[in-house]
Amino acid sequence: MSILVVVEHDNEELKGATLNTITAAKEIGSEIDLLVAGFSCDSVADQACSIPGIGKVLVANSESYKNFLAENIGTLVSEVGKGYSHILAAATSNGKNFMPRVAALLDVSQVSEIISVLSEDTYERPIYAGNCIATVKSSDPVKVITVRATGFDDCEVDGGSATTEIVDLDSNLGVSSFVSEELAESDRPELTSADIVISGGRGMQNGENFSLLEGIADKLGAAIGASRAAVDSGFVPNDMQVGQTGKIVAPNLYIAVGISGAIQHLAGMKDSKVIVAINKDEEAPIFQVADYGLVADLFEALPELESKL
Amino acid sequence: MKVLVPIKRVVDYNVKVRAKSDETGPDLANVKMAINPFCEIAVEEAVRLKESETAQEVIAVSIGSNACQEQLRTALALGADRAILVETELEVEPLGVAKLLKAVVEKEQPDLIILGKQAIDDDSNQTGQMLASLLSYAQGTFASEIKIEDDKIDVTREVDGGLQTVSLNLPAVVTTDLRLNEPRYASLPNIMKAKKKPLDTLTPEELNVDASPRIETLKVSPPPERAAGVIVESVDELVEKLKNEAKVIT
Repeated sequence: MSILVVVEHDNEELKGATLNTITAAKEIGSEIDLLVAGFSCDSVADQACSIPGIGKVLVANSESYKNFLAENIGTLVSEVGKGYSHILAAATSNGKNFMPRVAALLDVSQVSEIISVLSEDTYERPIYAGNCIATVKSSDPVKVITVRATGFDDCEVDGGSATTEIVDLDSNLGVSSFVSEELAESDRPELTSADIVISGGRGMQNGENFSLLEGIADKLGAAIGASRAAVDSGFVPNDMQVGQTGKIVAPNLYIAVGISGAIQHLAGMKDSKVIVAINKDEEAPIFQVADYGLVADLFEALPELESKL
Repeated sequence: MKVLVPIKRVVDYNVKVRAKSDETGPDLANVKMAINPFCEIAVEEAVRLKESETAQEVIAVSIGSNACQEQLRTALALGADRAILVETELEVEPLGVAKLLKAVVEKEQPDLIILGKQAIDDDSNQTGQMLASLLSYAQGTFASEIKIEDDKIDVTREVDGGLQTVSLNLPAVVTTDLRLNEPRYASLPNIMKAKKKPLDTLTPEELNVDASPRIETLKVSPPPERAAGVIVESVDELVEKLKNEAKVIT
């Protein structure tokens, strides 16, 4: 049994979700190789080599992989992955994009977003927005799996001394090309890896009022999220969405402000360690999952909270 | 241009699904069924392409039991021209769905396939990518905007941290995210008209596709319950509890 983990990165830094994915891999078996596919991504390969318990770090360096186009990465991973019993990647927007292509090329099913490993072929994954947990067993010769980061701890990042091996494959399907990217610039931590998250919902009333969350976020070093209702209403961009169809988070502290607590939102945050809800409607379902509930008008409670932190 | 829109019949998004007490599966007795919300966005986008005269024909296709006709009629009422049901009583996994859709694509030769990014029942988020892969097509997943020019389509995608735009050769596969559009409601006259639009039925055998499952569901259980919390009376009490009881802030 041997496992290939596809490293998530931006050609400069190895992304945190990779560390949770490696922990999942270690629960499946002990023979683990990493694949770093990108362009001029030597620093990522170096970081990958220092992770303990890794056999070798395969490096595929080509302009074809620079922007992680699913057509090219999917083809590469299906080729490199042929000798492995398991291929794992983080369930990020990137992993979700290319992994099903890998599975289809290998003619195997994919097991999406596992949250625990029961044995080498049996895993748990949430279905119906996390209202049910399915235990699934794969009979495919190669298991293609995406890993929900919140289900697993980070692995160690220092002390390893794996060696690199060059993969000389330039898989360019030639059907797609990168045009542009608009990534939000922020000094705040990333939503999916933040220790504290403060989110606003429809109760925020408009996008400007999200500034009320910013002062608190700055004091706590928190990331800012939003419910689907706030995104649908055009208050904030979709990459802030926490929920079934947005990001899944599990910080130490999650503060839900003006969020009613629809099942689709709960699916994205109910594994947080401590949940605080601030809502003026005491009947709001969010209070049923909150450790601490404050029934209050958020326009009064937020400035007060900011001043007392 | 011809647009194919695969759609899925799922439990309505307002229903809170629970596991059966014997843990053999989700309890779906007498629950309301609907067209998957992301599929509805896909139908809307295809209909808009037709209204702007970019597309000439919109075909809706669904895979599942005879009851899926209901959702196909909804798609027809929203503006699709005709529908295809690939009828099977078996549960089909995303890989099987992608294989069946590939066979439909080979038959219909669409220039563009638009489908939802994920179904809200199994939350797999696989079918569009698998279909594109089986066809060796390009894919624009999690789309928030599309622009078609000649034999290319530009797709703006919702990615972690922002937006990415890619240019794809047609034919291509696009999967929809929330903000691509706001689907319309079907009007009563259009619902009546939809009843007369053509709906063909095929079977996996006719398409010569083996869609047998590879994954066995051993059990379906409820998620761990969170213990009930407390209501605090003031911001002061909240801050105090977070500092001294939960110890999550300093």
